Amino acid sequence: MRGRRKLGRGVAVVGAGMSKFGMFSDKDSKYLFAEAFHEMLSTVDKGIDPKDIDALYLGNFTNDFFVHQGHWGPIISDLLGLTPKPATRTEGACASSALAFREGVFAIASGFYDVVLVGGVEEMSKRSTEEVTQGLAMAASPYEVKAGFTFPGVFGAMATAYFARYGASREHLMNVTIKSHNNARLNPKAQFNVSIRDIMNQRIEKAKNKGEPVPAWRDEKEFLRDPRANPVVAWPMHLYDCCPISDGASCVLLVAEKIAKDFTDNPLYVVGIGQGSGKGLHAKEDLTYFEATRYAAQEAYELSGLKPKDVQIAEVHDCFSIAEILHIEDLGFFKPGEGYKAVEEGLTRLDGSKPINTSGGLKCKGHPVGATGTGQLVEIWKQLRGEAGERQVPIKDLRVGATQSLGGTGGTCTLTILERR
Amino acid sequence: MEGRPFNDISYEQFLSEDKLMGSRCQKCGVLFVPPRSICIKCYGSEMEWVEMKGKGKLAAFTCIAIGPPFMIKEGYDRKHPYVCGVVGLEEGARVVARIEGVDGNKPETIKIGTPLEVEFLHSGEGENSTTFLAFRPS
Repeated sequence: MRGRRKLGRGVAVVGAGMSKFGMFSDKDSKYLFAEAFHEMLSTVDKGIDPKDIDALYLGNFTNDFFVHQGHWGPIISDLLGLTPKPATRTEGACASSALAFREGVFAIASGFYDVVLVGGVEEMSKRSTEEVTQGLAMAASPYEVKAGFTFPGVFGAMATAYFARYGASREHLMNVTIKSHNNARLNPKAQFNVSIRDIMNQRIEKAKNKGEPVPAWRDEKEFLRDPRANPVVAWPMHLYDCCPISDGASCVLLVAEKIAKDFTDNPLYVVGIGQGSGKGLHAKEDLTYFEATRYAAQEAYELSGLKPKDVQIAEVHDCFSIAEILHIEDLGFFKPGEGYKAVEEGLTRLDGSKPINTSGGLKCKGHPVGATGTGQLVEIWKQLRGEAGERQVPIKDLRVGATQSLGGTGGTCTLTILERR
Repeated sequence: MEGRPFNDISYEQFLSEDKLMGSRCQKCGVLFVPPRSICIKCYGSEMEWVEMKGKGKLAAFTCIAIGPPFMIKEGYDRKHPYVCGVVGLEEGARVVARIEGVDGNKPETIKIGTPLEVEFLHSGEGENSTTFLAFRPS
């Protein structure tokens, strides 16, 4: 990197909201975005007149393919009564709304706008699994697609390389899954707000009621080892290693730092933003990390003057269980090859020293692709302001939180760091 | 052969002729498989075609139970997973490919580092014909 990155002026987050994530046959993406927008409005402590919003940046990936309408920016702008204010759609695959956020930050930092709405939306569940798989594969490298790789397959392959290098195994991935479910159990917005233990009990109850043989799982890992309960998708990725197909929307309100206190006495300041791009699987220098995440992290840390240890909580892009382990290493929270041990030791749990994915992550909260980046920010917003309810982390003087997004198979990665002062 | 542009169309044509080809920068000697038309090390644009020996080692793999439509058509499903991998070629570059001759139902028997050799899987006819790059244990 040549020279130190800097923002022209400060930017703050003063509101954040999301729809419930899930599979909704009766809700379309406009309805979901309206739900997210409404919640966002209610979180602006001193209120906001939507007419004061200068511009909208909207992350969305698959509408061209799934809804046969690609020009979604003005449609959402009209939905919210924002026309004729400008609306811009950003595309970065699963990192689409992380890019919307970044563009919104730049737009304010440049001095051009004072109040910007950034968000994301995706409507996926009305399509067949086959169509969704095909649609998402648009974000993989063409060589991977031709070779027969699927998304879980790419992450599965990286997992085998990681296992071989560091001696980790499937058992370690299970620790990520169990933790994500435990957190999501406390998140009413999550698609799967149940623990693995809850799921086991439901299955046992169902078997008893039907008079079928009652499964004798002793613990969560035994459940996850059972191929009937947790079938393979792309070895070593099994069903419970993979995020679901989801519908949902999320948004945050960005304003210039100098006017932040007009909206709330408790704004979160954007102290670090970073973005990187990465190569396809065959061209990676190393199969056990994402160069794009490392670059994004370096950029964000440099801008903020913070170090990995200063980030107290983070939402990372756990589209697959192995991804969470790779990200917490790439972000510098743990050394390469140490991430799986940190998860095993409980350091990333809600009550650990570095809570990761307190929302339940993509795995359990859900992954409506375009809505995920700003959805992660909604969680950090709640945590840093002490509004996360039952899942509030018990860290004293919680001030710094981060979100990391990954698009495609590592093609687009971002890191955003927010601070409460 | 020399006159073909250094791109994916040519790469695919070569595969259909049972050749795994890359491009080498004539200025700095870096090899790219699949080919690149500009060198990303020295930014030279003088490339030459180089044929790979087709030998390599397994660097990473996955056994896919839920595949895309074209693999399902070939008969692969949850009971019959197929294997994809990343192969480190003897020449240094890596490629992604199908891995044949291993049991997708027994991933624990598939080992990283296994020596492999190239195989070209021809599929379809006429305009629908295509060749899949594959490797199998040597």
